[in-house]
Order: sequence, then C-alpha cells, then structure tokens
Amino acid sequence: MAKIIVVTSGKGGVGKTTTSSAISTGLALRGHKTAVIDFDIGLRNLDLIMNCERRVVYDFVNVINGEATLKQALIKDKRCENLFILPASQTRDKDALTKEGVEQVLNELKELGFEYVICDSPAGIEHGAFMALYFADEAVVVANPEVSSVRDSDRILGILQSKSRKAELGENVTEHLLITRYDPERVARGEMLGVADVEEILATKLLGVIPECQSVLKASNQGVPVIHDTESRAGKAYADAVARLTGEQVEHRFLTPEHKSLFQRLFRRSA
Amino acid sequence: MSLFDYFARKKNNTASIAKERLQVIVAHERRQNNKPDYLAALQKDIMEVIKKYVDIDIDNIEVQLDNHGNFSVLELNVTLPDKLPAAKAGNSR
Repeated sequence: MAKIIVVTSGKGGVGKTTTSSAISTGLALRGHKTAVIDFDIGLRNLDLIMNCERRVVYDFVNVINGEATLKQALIKDKRCENLFILPASQTRDKDALTKEGVEQVLNELKELGFEYVICDSPAGIEHGAFMALYFADEAVVVANPEVSSVRDSDRILGILQSKSRKAELGENVTEHLLITRYDPERVARGEMLGVADVEEILATKLLGVIPECQSVLKASNQGVPVIHDTESRAGKAYADAVARLTGEQVEHRFLTPEHKSLFQRLFRRSA
Repeated sequence: MSLFDYFARKKNNTASIAKERLQVIVAHERRQNNKPDYLAALQKDIMEVIKKYVDIDIDNIEVQLDNHGNFSVLELNVTLPDKLPAAKAGNSR
C-alpha cells in the first residue's frame, strides 16, 4: 500500500524541491521503494536538484497522454537503489495534468510496488499545486520562519482540509510542518519567529526544523540531495525528519544557537 | 547572552511583532475561508431590505457566521446612522 505524500507550501522558494529530494532520498536510503514526482509543469527543477537532467527522455505529461509508459519515464536514481524520479514536462501547459491522469499514474505506481510516492508541488494555489495535493494521504507543509511564508502555509493547510480527496471523503490528510532556513541565533535575538511561534500559529504537528545551512546550496550546485551530506546540519536534520515520517521518535536538534569559540565569534564564520 | 544582547533584544524584538500580525491575519482569513458561498449574496439581500427603510452604506453591515461545534451562529451587525431620516423610517410612505 503506497503512501502518497505531498510536499507543498503555497509560497515559492521556501525549499519544496530541496525537501522533496531529501525526503525521497532519505526514504529510499532506509530501504523503501520510493518515487518522487515533479508537478511543476513548465518549470521543472527536481531533475536538476537530483542530477538527472540529462537523462530525461519522457516525462509525467507523456505518461498521462499515453505517449510513453510509466516504466519508460521513470528515471532510476544513480545513488540510491530504491529511488525513481518522474520529471515534469518542460514544454506543456500545466492544464495537461488531469485528475484522472494523475490518479492513473499513482495507481500504476502502487501496482509497481512503490511504498512511498512524494509529490513535489509547484508554488501557488493554482491547478498544478491542487493536482499535487489532491490525492495525498499525508502533507509536508514547508515554511520559512517569515510572515508571508507562514500566511501562505495556512492557506495551503485550509485547502488540504477542504479540497483534497480525503477531505471530500470526510477524512483528514495527515499534516506535518517542516520549518526550513531556521536561524537559531536570530531567533535568540528576537529577529526571527521561533519554532513554537510558527507551530502555534499554524496549529500543525512539527515534523522537523532544517537550520539555515551552507550545505543546501552546495548540494544543489552539485545535484546531490543534501541528505547525502551526513556531516552537515541540514543533512542531519532531514535524516531526522525522514525517521519521524516513518514513525520513529527522534529528538529535535539545531533549535538553539551553537556554542562558538571566541575565535569563531570574532570572525563570524559559520560552519 | 551578554548584557548588550539583552537590551538589543528588548528594543528590536521584531519577531514578536511578526507573530502578533500573523495571528490576527491568519484568524481573519480562516474565518473568511470557512464562509459558505451564499453569505455574500445573503448580505446583499439583507442590505436591500434595510435600505428600503434606512439609508445606510454596505460597509455598515457585517454578516458573520461562527461555528460552535454542532451549531452555527449567524450574526448580523448593522450600524445605523446617527440621525434616522424621519421620512424613510416612518410610515409616511
């Protein structure tokens, strides 16, 4: 029985694709057969973040239109045994996604024995974002500790609770809050919303907090999902979040400022 | 945390401003989003009726639906002008 998880946020640029790549990789590394689908038709980027941009032959829309089989379009990840990527179409219109088409692809993934399907949502609350969340069993809502992102997250939570298939059936999508780009030092100085503040405003269970970390840009530069960087704070935080997603109890980390030596303080270099 | 940080925090705690603003707007928008579609039409019709008797502006009517578990309360707030125009309010027509 495959679990369908949408990674969504409303606002753009908060880390949906970074999170989708990290979570799907993390699940695959834990031995789960996982597919990650890019729903951002016309602006695909998951392929680039996962370093398979030159291996894209067929895409999501080709499969929906019957121009290719799902097996032909799925790209096997080079680093993880159990991970497959279904890229978005770069040329089509987002209206190419239909409820029936998306449902058919998801059903086929279930038949192929996938345990997890991660849906990487486009920004906004338009058709593409709606298609990404409609069939979800669970949702990872990505938010930055910043006013516009938190407000947009609340909008998306409202849509999940009223417009998703689960909502139509009178059930609930399991919601998880993932706070990214968190800077504990700025929080301590009263310059940034804290975890508890965001949790309270959105009234959603916290899945994880990803600290602001240079490793994220380094990872995307190279097309290696940041979770592979097991030394980095962001990599560790994503690994914890994935463990929690599979039901493990893991203590939250990186919520307080790091203790810095006098030398580090003087030169203001962060790791 | 140094003494300087303590004073700096008191002065520049912008995070608490952000939190307050978010709580207000999020609560407001949740109420808006939970409104049934007919509420706007209902508000318009109610205004037409009131306008027959009192000359008021649409901004002075507030229709609000609050959910309290298994029942809902429809609240109607009409702010009447300070002076009631006698001609319209009375039975002279």
